[in-house]
Amino acid sequence: MNFRRLFLILTPYTWLLVFFLVPFAIVFKIALSDYAISIPPYTPQLDLSAGWEGVKSFFGELDFENFTFLASDALYYSAYLSSLKIAAIATLITLLVGYPVAYGMAQSSDEWRPTLMMLVILPFWTSFLIRVYAWIGILSNEGFLNQALMGIGLIDSPLTILNTNIAVYVGIVYTYLPFMVLPIYSALEKLDGSLIEAAEDLGCSRAQAFWLVTIPLSKPGIIAGCFLVFIPALGEFVIPSLLGGSSTLMIGKVLFEEFFSNRDWPVASAVAVVLLLILIIPIILFQRNEQKQREAGL
Amino acid sequence: MKFTGMTMAAALVAAGAAGAEEVHVYNWSDYIDEELLTKFEEETGIDLIYDVFDSNEILETKLLAGGSGYDVVVPSGTFLSRQIQAGAFQKLDKSKLPNIENMWDAIEERTEKYDPGNEYSVNYMWGSTGIGVNINKVKEVLGDDAPVNSLALLFDPANMEKLASCGVHMLDAPTEVIPAALTYLGEESDAQDYETIEKVEPVLTAIAPYVLKFHSSEYINALANGDICVAFGWSGDILQARDRAAEADNGVEIEYHIPKEGALMWFDQMAIPVDAPNTDAAHKFINFIMDANNAAAASNYVYYANGNMASQALLNEDVIGDTAIYPDEETVNNLYTTTTWDPKVNRNVTRLWTKIKSGT
Repeated sequence: MNFRRLFLILTPYTWLLVFFLVPFAIVFKIALSDYAISIPPYTPQLDLSAGWEGVKSFFGELDFENFTFLASDALYYSAYLSSLKIAAIATLITLLVGYPVAYGMAQSSDEWRPTLMMLVILPFWTSFLIRVYAWIGILSNEGFLNQALMGIGLIDSPLTILNTNIAVYVGIVYTYLPFMVLPIYSALEKLDGSLIEAAEDLGCSRAQAFWLVTIPLSKPGIIAGCFLVFIPALGEFVIPSLLGGSSTLMIGKVLFEEFFSNRDWPVASAVAVVLLLILIIPIILFQRNEQKQREAGL
Repeated sequence: MKFTGMTMAAALVAAGAAGAEEVHVYNWSDYIDEELLTKFEEETGIDLIYDVFDSNEILETKLLAGGSGYDVVVPSGTFLSRQIQAGAFQKLDKSKLPNIENMWDAIEERTEKYDPGNEYSVNYMWGSTGIGVNINKVKEVLGDDAPVNSLALLFDPANMEKLASCGVHMLDAPTEVIPAALTYLGEESDAQDYETIEKVEPVLTAIAPYVLKFHSSEYINALANGDICVAFGWSGDILQARDRAAEADNGVEIEYHIPKEGALMWFDQMAIPVDAPNTDAAHKFINFIMDANNAAAASNYVYYANGNMASQALLNEDVIGDTAIYPDEETVNNLYTTTTWDPKVNRNVTRLWTKIKSGT
């Protein structure tokens, strides 16, 4: 019994250690090193053959220079800020589009639900890259959208959508929509219909019942969906580089430049570490707050 | 049940593939006659896995990470020299490269700048970086005396403002655009100090808003389709666009011009990574490309000049006779080469490049 319990506790922690903490330690170590023309392109390298002296000199050469460098250039600051803004707005739009979809799915009859579920998951069967590429064909000046709008006479000259931030929003909302729909759907599906009836019996209008009962009860789904969209959108690289223009500033692109154009792995790692901190600190604070509320509720 | 069957089939395929000899080649996109790849497999019985990139930076990152798994890679000269310094390549075993006698000494002399003694690399193709124009559209916008053979076409905002209406692409490579801008300003094109390099900022900032896209491969199609009217790009790519437009017969007429102020001459070199899994097959591939017939076939297809003297007799007239590909001596003397910036300058240049492109 005791052994089983230990195993159950150890599994998630081992998982966390192997797939999160160890890689993070490696990235953090590179963030403290310096650029060098070598393979791999940074120094110092841990030289175990020199024994204890090697380890000592290795740690002696690590420093926080790259982090001070990040603070000294406004590029990084504005890239983080603009990523946060794009991710937040895109998450909000995804929620506004995704909630009605999930609600409709949960309201539909039992025989329809598996089909609707299938339709939400279906796009995953095509490569993500191809689906983003398809938007180039839709949004470009000579693309379907402009052709259609001009065909019905709504506009005279093509709208420039591709290579702007609008295209980035379209790409993110489209790509991450299923991640918003599925958790909300699973929260709404479990919702006890008699609660709504009770609310209506007690004098709520349908809209009030929706606002006072359905929304609060689907809150865990909304939160899970928002996290699932916001976190990957913040570090997104493929969508802004394919659909965005040269003025689209996102931290994923800055990371790419550091890594590929400057070949500066240490600075690239420092950017990644800061990105992780930006994500993790609010999540921890949020969870603390949730826990407190739950305890207070009890 | 079905699943088990599929897994077994996959295992069998994997086992079969492991038996055959393989060579992994990593070259630029749109840079070879694909028939040559089949021919190599037929002649040697080696499975050729051919993969492509469109920027030196991607290649370099893979090489410096180590364990790229490639046997032959094709970096450009300036990048090659830094990669040699980092220890990314192994010396070529010239005894396995009998066709090396076909190589052209005039090119080998120039590539010594990046690879002293040509110990690590042999030339695949070389060319210049210049101006591709959709001549009818440009004349429509700028008039018949449009300066298509001058850097002023690109770097004078008055011209660019007008050209923006028909579309301009520029290479997304500071190593190509900055030397050209320096040349336009009358500065040393191979300037190494950042104070000099920085002088290009006002010039490039003034024209950046009129550049539709900074990209290093899309301009081939964009020029050929008539989507853009000017591209600052690599000679052969622009000539490929010219060819595709002619084939499509869409009324688009493309010309390539080496700017009269001078242009960058670059060299793409075949080299073998230090950790190449199959060194022997890598030498076989390089030797195969250095065969006069094969080198000629490659150049006839991609419209780039090669560093192979023996192949010149076998080139099509529209390749060897075209001064845009094999420039006359006077033009060659006007071409310049560049060397790699040191890491500090490079970082500043990348930063400057981001600032020019994004305004931040």
